[in-house]
Amino acid sequence: MRHPTPGASLHLTQHINSIVINAGDGTHEHPTQAILDMTSLQEKFGYLKGLKVGIIGDISHSRVALSNIHGLKTMGAEVTLCGPSTLIPPFAEDLGVSVNYNVDEVIEWADALNVLRIQRERMGGGLLPSVREYRNLFGITTERLSMHKKEIVIMHPGPMNRGVEIDSSVADSDQAIILDQVLNGVASRMAILYLLLGGKQEEGNS
Amino acid sequence: MKTTKLKKQVVLKGGMILDPINETLKKGDVLIENGRMKSIGEVTPSKSADVIDCSGLIVTHGFCDIHVHFREPGREDKETLDSGSMAALAGGFTRVCVMPNTDPPLDSPESIRYTIDRGEECPIHIHPIGAITKSQDGKELTEMGAMLSEGAVAFSDDGLPVTDTGMMRNALEYATMFDVPIINHAEDLCLKKDGVMHEGKISTQLGLPASPGITESNMVHRDLELTELTGARLHVPHVSSAKSADYIRQMKKSNNKITAEVTPHHLFFTDEDLITYNTDLKVAPPIRTQADQKALIKGVKDGTFDCIATDHAPHTIEEKEGTFDLAPFGMIGLESCFGAVNRVLVKENKLNIIRLIQMLSVNPRKIMGFETDLFTNGNPAELTIFDPNKKWTFKKSDIYSRSHNSPYIGEALIGRIRATIVKGHITALV
Repeated sequence: MRHPTPGASLHLTQHINSIVINAGDGTHEHPTQAILDMTSLQEKFGYLKGLKVGIIGDISHSRVALSNIHGLKTMGAEVTLCGPSTLIPPFAEDLGVSVNYNVDEVIEWADALNVLRIQRERMGGGLLPSVREYRNLFGITTERLSMHKKEIVIMHPGPMNRGVEIDSSVADSDQAIILDQVLNGVASRMAILYLLLGGKQEEGNS
Repeated sequence: MKTTKLKKQVVLKGGMILDPINETLKKGDVLIENGRMKSIGEVTPSKSADVIDCSGLIVTHGFCDIHVHFREPGREDKETLDSGSMAALAGGFTRVCVMPNTDPPLDSPESIRYTIDRGEECPIHIHPIGAITKSQDGKELTEMGAMLSEGAVAFSDDGLPVTDTGMMRNALEYATMFDVPIINHAEDLCLKKDGVMHEGKISTQLGLPASPGITESNMVHRDLELTELTGARLHVPHVSSAKSADYIRQMKKSNNKITAEVTPHHLFFTDEDLITYNTDLKVAPPIRTQADQKALIKGVKDGTFDCIATDHAPHTIEEKEGTFDLAPFGMIGLESCFGAVNRVLVKENKLNIIRLIQMLSVNPRKIMGFETDLFTNGNPAELTIFDPNKKWTFKKSDIYSRSHNSPYIGEALIGRIRATIVKGHITALV
């Protein structure tokens, strides 16, 4: 079930006996996205424990971020959040992650970056002044990456705003595993549907 | 629950009499004759008298709740003055003040008169609080003078803060002529935005839009300063944050025109209880952290808060069973009030029971200018009888409100109302 309201899937489980798979509930969580992201990282690196992952962008309004944080922390990875301070929840550090507003420092530190979509409706209001300002401070551009000697793995949950939070030249480069994420998305969700809905699963909700 | 007319002579026999004015708690009998207080002490009942055994129970002043929403007129599907009265009786309340955010709001002398007339027909005493501004839109003052003549006891745009500081000043200035309390729901709406709960670790985990404690305390501070400026009487409702309590405590030292209330739910619950997205815990101002809860309990103990008020706010099951963002703010609270505050304050935090009863009876009456000396011979009997030690689990069947939006269902409470006497009748809870 995908729903615009945080808590909607949990709410449904309290009223029906079926298994409910949360396919994203508002600004709360997106567990299957976290599973496919972690699958993709596991394939790429061969391990998650100790892996350093930076999550870049609008954390406050992202269900991908929260599920990634819970999943990665559970698997022993380290997580740093990076984005405009107006788009990082004030109590983010209580989730066991670091916060750093300097994207270059995060790139230096991280093994992989999960770049989140910046929605255009956030621009020009009280949260973000402009696309230009965002790109200058947080955009994952070829120029920015070329300033760092290391090669870093780039992820994005899609859909991408090419030219806003990420350049096409980065998204389509060899260091991006975005298409692996898409492929793993299909496989992960097939597996989740099979295990929870189709097989000899014991009773229970998820 | 059963309501019967008081016999000519009624003797409440063998209970502990708690006098919140003289601060005494001692064994004794109460004689009620023709619905009026006759004597307190040792009473030898006449043959025809109705003798009610009160051994093991406390007999005291009827409780008074100065902050309830009875939804009449306009949302009688949620509550009426009659059904709200039954909820009050079940909670030991003999007198309530109803907030004006009805549909239409109580913003005219005529609507105040309507509520007074309807209240006459109800089994408890009902006093309307008038709106500060017409249509509660914060723009034009209501006819406070005429509304007071018709029976309004205070003014509030409750539910809606008076956001315009100039208008709030005017309201306070104007009210000084009548020496009535102005009650402002303090939440800075610019800071609150679409916040539905307290901003903290829990809201971050739940992914819900939230507002921090200063959303309230900023406006409380503004109102306190305006009270200094105008010399008006200010009553701060449903205080939820530690900082608001600090500001009130500080300002009360030099200004005796300030009073404040705290709700049972801000004392009983913390934001961690919202972890299951229980919409019955969605209230405004929101339930905050354990640190805030502790600060509120401290505020009760040191006298920062004058009274307990429930902010009884009924909503339909259809509205409350929706998702968290769409559910309206508010919970009912009359029936569960005593068992909740007695547990938290008296049993868990060692507050003297006399202090608690003062906060439920004499103090709220003082704020609203009601008769407080209920034990005086000749006054109409307005009493509450309760078992201070009864442990019980609050159930849906304990609710008499027309709505059932209570997060106390399933909670263990201590202390239970046994009977409420008011308007010549006794209502006994079985």
